[in-house]
Amino acid sequence: MSNEVLEKILKNRRSQPQQLVEVLQDVQEAFGYVPQEAMTTVSRELGVPLIEVSRVAHFYKAFSLKPRGKHVVTVCLGTACHVRGAPRMLDQVKGELEIEPGETTEDRMFTLERVNCLGACALGPVVVLDGEYHPKMTPHKLRELIESVYAAEKEVTREC
Amino acid sequence: MSVKLKTLADLNRVRASSQTKKTKPTTVTMCCGTGCQASKSQRVAEAMKSALASAGLANSVEVRLTGCHGFCEQGPIVVIDPANILYRHVTPEDVPEVVNKTIRTGEVVDRLLYTDPVSGRKIVKESEIPFYQAQDRILLSQNRQVDPAHIEDYFAIGGYSAAAKVLGGMLPEAIIEEIKKSGLRGRGGGGFPTGRKWEQCRTADGDEKFVICNADEGDPGAYMDRSVLEGNPHAILEGMLIGSYAMGANQGYIYVRKEYPLAVQNTRKAIEQAREWGLLGENILGSGHSFDVEVARGAGAFVCGESTALMSSLEGKVGEPRPKDVHTVKDGLWHKPSCLNNVETWANVPMIINNGAAWFAAKGSNGSTGTKIFALTGRVKNTGLVEVAMGTPLRKIVHDIGGGAYNGVAIKAVQTGGPSGGCLPADKFDLPVDFDTLAAAGSMVGSGGMVVMDEHTCMVDVAKYFLAFLQDESCGKCVPCRLGLERMLEILTDITEGRGRPEQLELLADLGETMAQTSLCALGKTAANPVLSTLRYFRKEYEAHIDGKSCPAGVCRELIRYEIDPEVCTACGACLKACPHKAISGKAKQPHTIDQDACAKCGICKDVCKFNAISVC
Repeated sequence: MSNEVLEKILKNRRSQPQQLVEVLQDVQEAFGYVPQEAMTTVSRELGVPLIEVSRVAHFYKAFSLKPRGKHVVTVCLGTACHVRGAPRMLDQVKGELEIEPGETTEDRMFTLERVNCLGACALGPVVVLDGEYHPKMTPHKLRELIESVYAAEKEVTREC
Repeated sequence: MSVKLKTLADLNRVRASSQTKKTKPTTVTMCCGTGCQASKSQRVAEAMKSALASAGLANSVEVRLTGCHGFCEQGPIVVIDPANILYRHVTPEDVPEVVNKTIRTGEVVDRLLYTDPVSGRKIVKESEIPFYQAQDRILLSQNRQVDPAHIEDYFAIGGYSAAAKVLGGMLPEAIIEEIKKSGLRGRGGGGFPTGRKWEQCRTADGDEKFVICNADEGDPGAYMDRSVLEGNPHAILEGMLIGSYAMGANQGYIYVRKEYPLAVQNTRKAIEQAREWGLLGENILGSGHSFDVEVARGAGAFVCGESTALMSSLEGKVGEPRPKDVHTVKDGLWHKPSCLNNVETWANVPMIINNGAAWFAAKGSNGSTGTKIFALTGRVKNTGLVEVAMGTPLRKIVHDIGGGAYNGVAIKAVQTGGPSGGCLPADKFDLPVDFDTLAAAGSMVGSGGMVVMDEHTCMVDVAKYFLAFLQDESCGKCVPCRLGLERMLEILTDITEGRGRPEQLELLADLGETMAQTSLCALGKTAANPVLSTLRYFRKEYEAHIDGKSCPAGVCRELIRYEIDPEVCTACGACLKACPHKAISGKAKQPHTIDQDACAKCGICKDVCKFNAISVC
């Protein structure tokens, strides 16, 4: 965890308890999760008891308390995606990567997440890979997408 | 270039000059909302800019990147004006042809035209597409004319003229009276009269007041607020500015879900611009009124769509609701009088001020005035955003605008109002969609989600889906919601897994009623609606699960099995390769088989089989 990054996030927000949710969002974005040390620093600098920081971090779904994999696959399970076969997308990823939602693969390559709606309902089922939306997904396209990530990773390793 | 506007005359001058600004002869409008961006519209936009530049047309063709047009299914969408030609599913590879043929010579590229799924006819003009024709797009039509990154576009369609009218001498009481007369009711789901809310906030004791925009659109299957905020953020800022003046507030907040990154980005940019132009800040246009707005990102908690939970979250705390014996208009954010309205409600305000309450009230029916945007999704041909006058029959929305059944499977229900709403069966499609009629039928307008369901949708599974969603999202503060949802979900799980008992149906109804009467906030009070409405209209499906231990739609996994017909199977290997659970085995030239113990009943094999050899039984 880089202290400089945290310093930048906390700038102009010190001693402002109302900034807690916003600060934690920036921490999550910068580090991919909310590290314990960051919570301690945030607690001290904003003037919010650590237990309250921890409570907020546990309450909101946006915060992950464990490090996530290098890539994050998010399956939208909103109603519109659900009736157009989103549970099958979840099956595809669960079967292929052998992880449950919220878990990370042993090689730390993928984390599987579910979201309750992304607001791209007309294009369901939607799957997001590292922030990029993939509309009208099928299990087949999803398998190819995950395979393409593995192939690209192998390519990078070879070049190194 | 931005100029700080100091007086009303400054604003009028700028508005007049942007309205009379010489426009280029051709305009290419490209939707870059979240939906079209998911379909890679940004690449099409880049290809368009570079193709126009290399064709030497950059000076005669205006490229406008707008927010959502609402016809997301057909994205990326490109409209060429003044001919009003609409192309859909445009790829970067199509762009050179569009430039060379349509833009240069006016020739239409046939393959990019929209085909009406009902008549099978190809349609050239955007204005002739039935999906748009049957709508009354007073709000959504603005999205099409505005690049959210350019405040000047908003000026050109009359933007900030309502704010000018108000700041130029309308009394706060007169503004509130106008809103009251318009009959505008909250678009977020509650349907509370907006004018009354404003009046209560104005007359509440307190030297500091707040106005808040609720853009925490958590209902799965709804995305109109995202589209309006993302595509036309200045309309919301203008609405809030008017509200702040009427209620005497100097600070506003827009609470947006973090799942809407583009909306966050566009709103922040719009606020920055409005500050640069002097439309937010101290002494706006010399009126003496000061107002500023901040964006706060929701952190993924559905319950924060509830007013008191949202305000608690804005204070940096856990988003738990509190009892509302004293309303937030008197005791809200930091215990100050606070007026919270939904995105669409705020967006309607400038139009009401400009066109008058009577104009707004002339649309709609039955105590529900104006238009409402619905997100039409699910198992229907045309999915997208639909704006119609309140009181429009469901049938018109689903069949005329939506184009009817998807893949030829009969439509059996529409789910309206998200997790707090209910499912209405096809024989209720003549009901007018307004706040009171839908509530009487056991559903609600809600925020405007409309998910179409057909014979392939199991209504018991849908009810279970919503309960699971709500149980996951319940904050757990009050007992009826926390335990009631858990118990109801247990029962629904029993029913969908073949352990249901007939007496459980009465227990479900009883639990639902108790929750409605005793829960702390609207999440718990309305949580039973999806169950109660499906019990009311689709009781037979529940009985089939309980008595016959079968799922008629073939969805509930514990009650079905997939089998391969050895006579039909060609041993092509497609299912074997596709099965993510490795439950299918077989060799070349030998019919494949499914290992029922390993099978997760996901149905992926059935989808990939080209020979219809796999059946669900």
